Amino acid sequence: MYHNEHCEGFQCEQQQLEAALAQSGNELGALDRLMAWFRQRSLFVLAYGTGCGAIEMRPLMTSRFDAERFGIIGAATPRQADVLVISGYLAIKTLKRVIRSYEQMQAPKYVIGLGSCTINGGMYWDSYNTIKQLDHYIPVDMYVNGCMPRPEALIEGFVALQQRIAAGTPSGFERYRANIDWYKANQRRVLGDNMPPDYTYDWYHAGGVA
Amino acid sequence: MAHYIIDAFAMIGMSYIMGFLFYGFYRQFNARVQRRWGPSVFQNFFDNMKFLFKTETIIHGPMFFFGPMIIFAGAVTTVLFVPYLKDSNWLQGFSHSGNLILIIYLLVVGPLGNALAVGSSGNPFGVMGVTRGLTRLMGLEVPFLLGLALVMVQHETASVHAIMAAQTDFAHWNLMTNPIAFIVMILPFMASQHASPFDVVGAPVEVYAGPRVEFSGRLLGVLMTQNMMMTVAKLVLIADLFLGGATTIWALIAKTFALFLLTAAVSTSFPRLRTEQTVDFFWKIPLGLGVIGVIATVWFPWS
Repeated sequence: MYHNEHCEGFQCEQQQLEAALAQSGNELGALDRLMAWFRQRSLFVLAYGTGCGAIEMRPLMTSRFDAERFGIIGAATPRQADVLVISGYLAIKTLKRVIRSYEQMQAPKYVIGLGSCTINGGMYWDSYNTIKQLDHYIPVDMYVNGCMPRPEALIEGFVALQQRIAAGTPSGFERYRANIDWYKANQRRVLGDNMPPDYTYDWYHAGGVA
Repeated sequence: MAHYIIDAFAMIGMSYIMGFLFYGFYRQFNARVQRRWGPSVFQNFFDNMKFLFKTETIIHGPMFFFGPMIIFAGAVTTVLFVPYLKDSNWLQGFSHSGNLILIIYLLVVGPLGNALAVGSSGNPFGVMGVTRGLTRLMGLEVPFLLGLALVMVQHETASVHAIMAAQTDFAHWNLMTNPIAFIVMILPFMASQHASPFDVVGAPVEVYAGPRVEFSGRLLGVLMTQNMMMTVAKLVLIADLFLGGATTIWALIAKTFALFLLTAAVSTSFPRLRTEQTVDFFWKIPLGLGVIGVIATVWFPWS
């Protein structure tokens, strides 16, 4: 398996960024650190098999790569899930369902974008019916790039996410709540009148107090 | 009074710890059968704590909130009415005030609370899960009660303490003296633990999480907690009734673990039965054996 103890070039920048994140966790109190530790040790995954990336989720969850070693198992429903894995390209029609699933999940919740298609559209960069940057519509916590990334890469992504959770980094949902107008405007731009029902984010209409 | 309070907390704590360790073992056992490493033994504890520490929990009306509380109260009460140790002042709870009849009633509190809560959530998968659960309950309750009745008739008492006291040594364990009752009891007992051949209720992939489909966050954490405690309470009850109870905590852990291992082995070996297959199975094999057991116990002169 690929080991990332040593860095070169731009990887070092990333490590410096992550080191800064790790230090920020020291401000957490004892109970917060304990909660963060439990959270990172148990991630229920709602695998949203949108694109070709869904094929990489099977070996990840089953005997070959056995993600259950890391406390990562599949959740049956969005209500019980902590991590939403968007595996590959996202058609506009699917985006509506993804937003709805994401908003039904209970905080703290995290999103992993799997494959290049979630970063910049990948090989669908000029497609008329896929979105190009997932982060414009729902907040992404971790990207795993590649076309397609192997299950090992996905495990590394999960481990990096676990380190961030353990360090007490706020989940992307905080960003979503803070910038909900921007996210909703972006969603409305591609979905038009076909927006998902708004009872899954009713706190939005309560002025952010609910 | 102080004795009762300490004892009650010790019993609840012990069933919780045994519960998550047993389920952690179950997940490891399953993993090894499937040729993978599996999670740590404490994984169920981590999962449960994570759910209890979630910052958001959706609630669909008051009944949705009270349902898990009813189930949890049912589990705690069951734990407190099952004697954990034989010939001891400790880990008895309130078992001297109750008997098997009371425990039978307490065992049904869970499914009742479940039905009330899931009904108010309005999720079709949840309702489907509850329908399956109540159908399965119809199948498994009859042999379960018959098995309990066989033991009660054999010892002519409904007191768990008296039944435990009558099983002095290995040759007098009910497992030896009344093996038919054991078989009649153990199969519905496996089903009531949601073990694999009889897990239509929360069948993963099929009806999603079944009755738990809408529960999230802290409510799901409470449901997981009660499930682990209830499993241990049932294991202890079977150990009390058939394996002669336990005089030390180590003996208790060994006996309950042996029973749990039996369930785990069966559930890793057999695929899921459909609802009507489950009911058919329970009304044929355990119920048939139970009827034979009743005839053997009541009518035959040599019994």
